[in-house]
Amino acid sequence: MGNSSSLLTQYDLEDLQNHTNHLFSQREIVSLYERFCALDRTGKGFISADEFMGVPEFAVNPLCQRLLKMLEGLNFKEFIALLSAFSARATQQDKINFIFRVYDTDANGKVTASDILQVLRDLSGSFLSDKQRELVLNQALEQAGYTKDSALTTEDFSKVLGNLKMEVEVPVD
Amino acid sequence: MPKLDKAASLSGASGIGEHTRDPSLFRPSESEVNLYQLHVEDLLSLNPNAEEDPTVTDLDNKLLLRDLLDISPVLTEAASAIIDDSFTRCFKSNAPEPWNWNLYLAPLWCLGVIVRYCILFPIRVVLLTVGWIIFLGLFFPIHIALKGHDTVRKQLERGLVEFMCSVFVASWTGVVKYHGPRPSRRAKQVFVANHTSMIDFVILEQMTAFAVIMQKHGGWVGFLQTNVLESLGCIWFNRTESKDRLVVAQKLKRHVEDPDSNPLLVFPEGTCVNNEYTVMFKKGAFELDCTVCPIAIKYNKIFVDAFWNSKKQSFTMHLMRLMTSWAVVCDVWYLEPQTLNPGETPIEFAERVRDLIANRAGIKKVPWDGYLKYYRPSPKLTEKKQQNFAEAVIRRLRNDS
Repeated sequence: MGNSSSLLTQYDLEDLQNHTNHLFSQREIVSLYERFCALDRTGKGFISADEFMGVPEFAVNPLCQRLLKMLEGLNFKEFIALLSAFSARATQQDKINFIFRVYDTDANGKVTASDILQVLRDLSGSFLSDKQRELVLNQALEQAGYTKDSALTTEDFSKVLGNLKMEVEVPVD
Repeated sequence: MPKLDKAASLSGASGIGEHTRDPSLFRPSESEVNLYQLHVEDLLSLNPNAEEDPTVTDLDNKLLLRDLLDISPVLTEAASAIIDDSFTRCFKSNAPEPWNWNLYLAPLWCLGVIVRYCILFPIRVVLLTVGWIIFLGLFFPIHIALKGHDTVRKQLERGLVEFMCSVFVASWTGVVKYHGPRPSRRAKQVFVANHTSMIDFVILEQMTAFAVIMQKHGGWVGFLQTNVLESLGCIWFNRTESKDRLVVAQKLKRHVEDPDSNPLLVFPEGTCVNNEYTVMFKKGAFELDCTVCPIAIKYNKIFVDAFWNSKKQSFTMHLMRLMTSWAVVCDVWYLEPQTLNPGETPIEFAERVRDLIANRAGIKKVPWDGYLKYYRPSPKLTEKKQQNFAEAVIRRLRNDS
């Protein structure tokens, strides 16, 4: 797409910064825009699932299908809003919220044991049986003071996960 | 830039192609290390009176749910890949920065465009056409008439191909500097080079008539491949056929053992890369039990970027772009022939030669298989990560109960 930073004006950059709560600097947004345009090979304005899977490092990730559902078809504004959770300036609450969204596929604000089981299935594949996963999860839930019928909220996630380190540096030149 | 290396090493642990046996593939991923470390911490903090001390068990148990819910390392790896990954970087066209942004530079640039498109381009097209007419006019008659006198015929054909390639190079005003001793005709040797575009072949061919191994194309390139290049002893492969590799390996072996055949040229990357990076070398050329002569090619992007992004443009368009630029500048280094060291595997040999080429040309190496451009990574790589996670969980369960 050529020299794409010339396609973002100062107004655009400020608008994008506001949309992401100033979690990215302007240089980072320019860098992310170049990356977005590089991944969106046909210039549609969004990145398709196929184009994401063309990044081998992403395709071998066990959670790639879940992330694809969150990421595909987003325009640039929504794309960086989603990724802002990985900024070094993001708060713990931002990061917890992102992780919660990965678990809460039906977006009803509650994560049940079956939601967690599905993520565990993605993470362990065929190397653990469904029974083993249920066993581990129920034991863990009970020991942490929940039951297997509990529905966890973001507050519960904050309590359990505590301090998280989840950040990615955006390369700027 | 340290950030680049960081991305490469994260992917290095998990992204190496199946035909390498790099030990770093078995380095644990971050999530496994995370669980592991927590487990070790717990063992250290565990004391025999743990049952009586509720705070210790509480912490221990909360940690278990935390381990299961904390997917932050896995998510960080995924986000890191989305934001920047070393594989996509290999195929990014880095066009030279436009400089025509000034009141006096803009008209100069416009003048340059006029000269390039209206004066240089027609001259080059004429030159190329004349060259083609001479070449085809001489090649086919010789090919047919001298059918019985093979040595003379082959010599003439080689000379003609070298001539045609020189015409091609002249048509883009190629400024090529060759360093090092010219390739000699000997049995049991194979030449390997890094790959940026099909013009690599033309640039090398104008100096020596190589027999090259190439992807079979369609169109006018395919026509030339079948009718002209086959007489040089060129070998074709098809990326999309899985059994192809064995067949090609056999053809290669036969070729190098024949003392009359032209020196063999192989591009072990298997695909065009943007001349800033090299992807992993395929081991095929390194298992032929002969000397490997590395050739390093580096293009100077000052006038034009010679990287052929086959997904973005056809070869004809690529040639047109070269013919409407001022010049194609590049350096070719013929490096010292290498042989397999005792106790070295072909893969290690390939990596060693890749090191030599990358160092000479001043380009970076990435641990990726070039074919990932066309295919998804093997599911075995994901399965390895899943296996690590599962084992860590089982270990934890066993020790807890």
